[in-house]
Amino acid sequence: MKFAVIVFPGSNCDVDMFHAVKDELGEEVDFVWHDADDLSSYDGILLPGGFSYGDYLRSGAIAHLSKVMNEVKKAAEAGKPILGVCNGFQILLESGLLPGAMLRNKNLKFICKQVELKVENNETMFSSLYKKGETITVPIAHGEGNYYCDEQTLKKLQENNQIVFAYGEDVNGSLIDIAGIVNEKGNVLGMMPHPERAVDELLGSADGLKLFQSIVKHWRESHVVNA
Amino acid sequence: MYKVKVFVTLRESVLDPQGKAVQQSLTNLGYEGVEDVRIGKYMELTINEKNQDVEKTVKEVCEKLLSNPVIEDYRYEIEESVQQ
Repeated sequence: MKFAVIVFPGSNCDVDMFHAVKDELGEEVDFVWHDADDLSSYDGILLPGGFSYGDYLRSGAIAHLSKVMNEVKKAAEAGKPILGVCNGFQILLESGLLPGAMLRNKNLKFICKQVELKVENNETMFSSLYKKGETITVPIAHGEGNYYCDEQTLKKLQENNQIVFAYGEDVNGSLIDIAGIVNEKGNVLGMMPHPERAVDELLGSADGLKLFQSIVKHWRESHVVNA
Repeated sequence: MYKVKVFVTLRESVLDPQGKAVQQSLTNLGYEGVEDVRIGKYMELTINEKNQDVEKTVKEVCEKLLSNPVIEDYRYEIEESVQQ
């Protein structure tokens, strides 16, 4: 399986994402610059964390209008797995590929620590290797991860089982402790915690690796004969 | 040439923790009459469009980039400036 890590000016978790896929997951991966106009050769798209365009105006606001995002939208329509982490999640929200928006953390602080996440939905292509209700440990590092959407949208997210990860406790003020959501089709996941920073016990946790392995498993089952 | 002032604020339904902190600070300073503070963004645009509808352009840029309708409201003032 071949992944693209999209790099925007100001991305800073791109190398971690690359390392997670290449060295820990053992799959092919390329860095792809934000002005790319063709992602058709990739099976999965990863939007890394960081501060694209310095977080000017709003987190992800300027990045969501970059050229590559048209291709990311095409890939999403084609059903390819798209994962946005942290700033990548913010970009997916700004682009409308996922519903809602991010506000500043309730305590107005940049929070950087390991948190416990509950796997709310293990029936997605990103979470199938976890157990439902399982608690995993993954780090967060953000100042604007306070997830917000209107009541109607929240109801829809709950009804469609689109909430994949929730914080074990209130860490940043997010509505019903939402940490990660998928789109209705289930192939676009946005999450504030960093699974790519939790792929080896040496890093404090390897709980994030299963997320990447779930993506590969799903891809093998649908693309490789006799997988 | 047009000078456009754009004001972007969090929607009423959205809690503004920054505004809340400032309001608390003002209370501590003795200004107990200040009941609420909402913090927003102010932008000045200079637009040079002769044949197009300036208001239409302003609305479009506010909706496409300058504000996020999920959490923010915007308003604007358009002034025609005389060219030197």
